[in-house]
Amino acid sequence: MFDLHGYFPMILEGMLLTVEVALLSLLIAVILGLIGALAKLSKSRIARNAAAVYTTLIRGVPDLVLMTLIFFGGQIMVNNLGDSMGWDYIDISPFVAGTLTIGFIFGAYMTETFRGGILAVSSGEIEAALAFGMPSWKVFVRITFPLMVRHALPGFGNNWMVLAKTTALVSVIGLHDMVYNAGVAGGSTRQPFTFYLVVALMFLCITGLSDLGLQWVNRRFSVGVRKV
Amino acid sequence: MDYNVIIDNLPLYLSGLWVTIQLVVMALVAGFGLAIPLALMAVSKNSLLRYPAKTYIYFFRGTPLLVQMFMLYHGMGQFEAIRESVLWIVFKEAYWCAITAFALNTAAYTAEILRGAIEQTPFGEIEAANAGGMSKSTLYRRIILPGSFRRALPAYGNEVIFMLHGSALAGVITIVDLFGAAKIVNSRYFVPFESFITAGFFYLCCTFCIIWFFKWVEKHWYAHLRPRTH
Repeated sequence: MFDLHGYFPMILEGMLLTVEVALLSLLIAVILGLIGALAKLSKSRIARNAAAVYTTLIRGVPDLVLMTLIFFGGQIMVNNLGDSMGWDYIDISPFVAGTLTIGFIFGAYMTETFRGGILAVSSGEIEAALAFGMPSWKVFVRITFPLMVRHALPGFGNNWMVLAKTTALVSVIGLHDMVYNAGVAGGSTRQPFTFYLVVALMFLCITGLSDLGLQWVNRRFSVGVRKV
Repeated sequence: MDYNVIIDNLPLYLSGLWVTIQLVVMALVAGFGLAIPLALMAVSKNSLLRYPAKTYIYFFRGTPLLVQMFMLYHGMGQFEAIRESVLWIVFKEAYWCAITAFALNTAAYTAEILRGAIEQTPFGEIEAANAGGMSKSTLYRRIILPGSFRRALPAYGNEVIFMLHGSALAGVITIVDLFGAAKIVNSRYFVPFESFITAGFFYLCCTFCIIWFFKWVEKHWYAHLRPRTH
C-alpha cells in the first residue's frame, strides 16, 4: 500500500521502543496509583493531603511541560546530588526521563480510578475478612484488590489508551521512538506525510489490540457477575 | 531558584500566554462547530453518513495529537497539489497548522461526547415534541441539541482542559506559546526549573480558571435541577 523505501524495519524498531516505554510507565503508574488511592482513602490527614496535591498538580499541568522539566531539571538535580555524595556522573537518559514522567503523570489518573474501584467494593466483604482476623494488608491483597479490579477496569483501560498515545511525546526529548524515526525517514525520503500516517495506523493497531486484551481481562474478572 | 530570570522574562511568558489562549480558543470554536454535524452524522440511521463520521472519530481519538500535528505541519508539503493551491497559505504557517490540528482533534472528542449526550435524550421529550407536531429540524434545534449540550457540559469541561494541555505541543513546532516561551528561557539561561515551573504555574492557573468557569456555567444551566431551598 505504501512505498516505504526500506524504512519499515526502522519504524518497527521505534514501535518496539514505544511499547517498551508504554509498558514500563504503566507499571510505574499502577504502583503509584495504588499508593495514591490508599493514601487518599487513609485515615492520616497528611497522606490524604499529599495525594490530593499530587493529583491536582499533575492533572493541572501539561504532560509535555512535566516531561521537559524532569528531563532537563532531573539532570541538574542528579548532578547536584552526585556532587554532594561524591558519585560519578549519572546520565538521565531520555528513556528514563520519559518513562518516569509518563508513569508519574498517569499515576495521578490511576489514583482516581483505583480510588473509585476501592470505594465500589462492598464493605461487607471487607468486614467479613476482618472478622476472620486477617491483618489489613492481607485484606487488601486477598479481598479488596481482586474485587476492585473489575470496577477499576474500564477506567484503567481508558488510562492505558491515553498513556499509549502520550508516549509519542518522548520523541520531543530525543528518544528514538516510532514518531522520531518516522520524522527521520520522512525527512530523507521527502515523504513525511506517508510515514506519519503509517505511525498513526500503528497507534491504531496498538489501541485496537489493547481493546481486545482488555475485553478478555474484563471477562475473566467478571466471571461471577450476573448480567441483566 | 533564580527569581530574576523569571521576572525579566515575564513579558515573554505573558505574550506566550496570549498565544496559548488564541490557539485554544480558536481550536475550540472551530472544533465545536465541526463536532455538531459530526455528532449528528454519528447518530444518523443512514450508514453513508454514520460510517464516515465514526471513522473520523476513531482515527482522531486513536492517534496521538503530536502525530496529527506533524502530519499537517511536516506532511502537507509532500503534496505538490497542496503546495500550489490556496491551502498552502494555511499549511506553510506553523501557527495555522497547529490550530487546524487542534481543531480537527478536539472536534473528534467533542463529537463523541455530544453523540453520547444525544443518545441519552429521554425518549419522552422526543415523543412530546412529535405530539406537538414539530418538524425534525425543529425537534433537533429546540429539544435534542439544547438538552444534549447541557448533558455534555461536565465532559466538555474536561475536554477543554485537555485541549489547553495539548496546546503545549505547539511549542514543539516553533510557535512561541507558553511552552515555547519556557523553552526559549531554558535554552538562553539553562534554568530548567525556573523556566518550566513558571510555565507550569501559568498552565495551572488557566486550568483552575476553566474549572471555575464550567462550575459557574453548570450552576446557571443546572439551576432547575437544584433542590428547592424553601
